[in-house]
Amino acid sequence: MRVIRARKAFTLVVAVILAIAVAACGSSNNGGGGGGSSANLIKSNPANHKVTITVGSKNFTEEYILGEIYAQGLQAAGYNVKKQLNLGSETIALKAIKDGDITGYPEYTSTALGSFFQVPAQKIPADPNQAYQMAKADLAKEGIVAYPPTPFGDSNAVGTLTSTAKQLHLTDISSLKGKSQNLTLAGSPQCSERIDCLAGLEKNYGLHFKKFTPVDIGLRYTVLDKGDADLSILFTSDAQLANSHKYTILKDDKGLIPAGNPIFLAAKSVADKAGPDFAKTIEQVQGNLTLPVMQELNSRVDIDKQQPAAVAHEYLKSSGYVK
Amino acid sequence: MIDLGAPLGFLHSFTGAFDFIFHQREAVTGGGVQVGGPAEILHLTWTQFYVSALALAVALAIALPVGLVLGHRGKGELLAVGIGNAGRAVPELGVIAFLAAFIGVGLRNVTIALMVLGIPPILTNTFVAIRQVDRNAVEAAEGMGMRPAQVIARIELPLATPTIMSGVRTAAINIVATATIASIIGVPTLGKLILGQDTYGVDGVVAGAIVVALLALAVELALAGMQRALTPTGLKLQRARRSA
Repeated sequence: MRVIRARKAFTLVVAVILAIAVAACGSSNNGGGGGGSSANLIKSNPANHKVTITVGSKNFTEEYILGEIYAQGLQAAGYNVKKQLNLGSETIALKAIKDGDITGYPEYTSTALGSFFQVPAQKIPADPNQAYQMAKADLAKEGIVAYPPTPFGDSNAVGTLTSTAKQLHLTDISSLKGKSQNLTLAGSPQCSERIDCLAGLEKNYGLHFKKFTPVDIGLRYTVLDKGDADLSILFTSDAQLANSHKYTILKDDKGLIPAGNPIFLAAKSVADKAGPDFAKTIEQVQGNLTLPVMQELNSRVDIDKQQPAAVAHEYLKSSGYVK
Repeated sequence: MIDLGAPLGFLHSFTGAFDFIFHQREAVTGGGVQVGGPAEILHLTWTQFYVSALALAVALAIALPVGLVLGHRGKGELLAVGIGNAGRAVPELGVIAFLAAFIGVGLRNVTIALMVLGIPPILTNTFVAIRQVDRNAVEAAEGMGMRPAQVIARIELPLATPTIMSGVRTAAINIVATATIASIIGVPTLGKLILGQDTYGVDGVVAGAIVVALLALAVELALAGMQRALTPTGLKLQRARRSA
């Protein structure tokens, strides 16, 4: 049933793309405004039909959305796309690539370096491109191609209520100096001993907090809302931060926190067979994924309860990548 | 790289776990942060014990009197056994999330969440234990002119002690083992190690699990000893004769 529907949708997409291509030929200069320019439109290449790409993702909101974006984009480029968007962990996902169960999936630079190559958090660059180059070199040795990072990064961040930030004049982490001894920080139970978390805030920023409250990551906003903590370790692309002035992220001005930009990883053997459209499409579809955009997409799934596939399609459409 | 095979790695991790318990080492995440070692392990074990003892005390204070009174009157079986059974089905993580939204995180939340786990076995066992006390003994006591409170305190409670204590032991084991989750609601316990493989490595995870198991065992032994001490000599003799 699903196969039939997917095929119908595929035919429809191809038909629409062809129709638009024809229309675009007729009317030159149809305006680039609004991001809906047909110049961005992904063109379906018949040569790609015989290449089967299985796009994977891990099993949480942001990964579902990213997986859908890549899958739908590659499908628009003419590839025969299958999806496997429920991999339990990066360990399982990496094994799935190596076993050929999936072609590729999006992984965070910090996770790839820390989990796959045991790079200590302290040595993972805060700069997305440096982190990417490092991960790319390590992954190449494993026969895996790493494509360039998305514009947005999903990193840990020190956050607080905007009202607190205003009251205490907090802008970046350094501005906590002289104030932190009166503030409570909430974070994962391990945060206190992680160099990219409380241990680093103490060591690199010279901060000391009144109290550290260990909490489950699911409670990271609850503790701020309930007043159980003044500061909490948040994730930069959180749905709760979309269009919200309620919370403020303090800038990591000393580059303590490792870069967490997603990079699409794929088996080199399949990527080579897939031809130039593969890399081109991956880089193109992630092009508009800035931090506010990703927060918004996450909030449509987490807060508005929309389906990741629909949210991804809406993103691709409004960016002009598909019609 | 990633080692998924090697079943012997499991045995090896025991050696690593004991090393984690007895010697400090740098965290997997680096930066010269020291983790493990006797001081940290003792501290976490103490917190785990402390929150467990507190929750058990509160559970006892609630469930024991209610069970005694209901058992003595022979009423409310539905309540005592029903709450007992329903209570066992309550998902602990759900309770925690619920409480976090209302009273926030911290010791209060932990105590209530763990208490919920301790009440059912104590309540049900107390009720059943009192109901099973020899009716002849109770009638004899009433015939001698004892008041209801005296009957409970001097006849029913002593005779029901073994069954009540086995409920308390079940509650204690449940609470001690579950107190690991206190580490995600504001109180750092051994759960911090168990949940933190990326920070403490497999050695830390296994070390946490071993220490929780040892703590549960120690509590069980202590309560078993207490049960022996509290059981009236008469009951002990009766049992010895029966088993002889």
